Amino acid sequence: METSRRNFLKAGGACLLGLTIWPAVKGFAGNSTEYITSSKALTGEKWGLVIDMKKCWPKYQEGCRECFLACQRAHNIPDVTNKEEEIKWIWTEPYENAFPEQEHEYIAASIKGKPFIVLCNHCENPPCVRVCPTKATFKRRDGIVMMDYHRCIGCRYCMAACPYGARSFNFSDPRPFIKEVNPEFPTREKGVVEKCNFCAERIDTGLPPACVEACPAGALVFGDLDDPNSEVRKILASRYTIQRKPELGTHPCIYYLV
Amino acid sequence: MNDSRYIITGLIVFIVLVTFPFWANAGKAAPAPAPSLDTPAIQQLPEKQCVEATAYMRTDHMKLLDEWRTQVVREGKRIYVASNGKEYEMSLEKTCLECHSSKAQFCDQCHNYLDVQPDCWTCHIEPKENK
Repeated sequence: METSRRNFLKAGGACLLGLTIWPAVKGFAGNSTEYITSSKALTGEKWGLVIDMKKCWPKYQEGCRECFLACQRAHNIPDVTNKEEEIKWIWTEPYENAFPEQEHEYIAASIKGKPFIVLCNHCENPPCVRVCPTKATFKRRDGIVMMDYHRCIGCRYCMAACPYGARSFNFSDPRPFIKEVNPEFPTREKGVVEKCNFCAERIDTGLPPACVEACPAGALVFGDLDDPNSEVRKILASRYTIQRKPELGTHPCIYYLV
Repeated sequence: MNDSRYIITGLIVFIVLVTFPFWANAGKAAPAPAPSLDTPAIQQLPEKQCVEATAYMRTDHMKLLDEWRTQVVREGKRIYVASNGKEYEMSLEKTCLECHSSKAQFCDQCHNYLDVQPDCWTCHIEPKENK
């Protein structure tokens, strides 16, 4: 078979054209699957929380633990009574422990020894993410420091790295310690580390974190720290706030009004 | 060729021993599992189809679930747009188990037959029907 130079080039050109438009044809043909974020999802660049302890304390003294209970129910957190093996996502620390660098001899009686609500700080520069050898701990685009429990190998480097003690290790199977199981959220298993996820599963479906929603005193204010018009930014701009251990350069996203 | 008796006898014994597992188990294959699709949720569906075609789900559900996990946990994308355009929440508990409410039928039968042990259920919560 003889092919002229002219016909050969024509055929080559046709093939090339076909290849260029192939992706467009595939797109129009449909039958393709996609992964999308829910239209209801809250959008933010850097989620943060402002905690007003003055609003919290009166209720706390009356025995209010709504934020802890809401978190426990939402995430199947085991209630391990052994102090050495307890699992903590959100809890309280006395002022001196939460803010050791602020503590001094003559501290005002109104805050000395008072309980402060503490949780993962969802740091802008999280040391736990840096040390995780399997990338099980990572930072989401919206600033949430998240764990992929599927990848956690239980090495506990993150626990050593976190300056806030915000991480807990499952020394035993957590299931027997879960009071009331929420079937919509997985539990963890023996040998993985866990921590607050800022309710990523709720934010992705348009709800604020469970602790924020549960607080009857409105002491927890949630919002986007990157948005100058957000409620959190307005509070930060107008009132004096402190962070936990800012000198470490982790840039916590949890702020406290005292 | 003085030792041919011994050599041939030895060869026969060797072949019999090596092929023993094959002929001893011939015809005794375990029957392939036939999971029952009869859950109340599935019977109520107008069109009895999973998020993708049955054949695809049978061969590739593990790849699909793996991708769902990556998208949900790491990308924060929680909605799956199937090839027929329908949208599903990518959740083992809330989507898969809604219809496939019997873990014994849908998971264990085939996984036991093939001797694979995925460790989904150490964390994810089994549907109540099994308890």
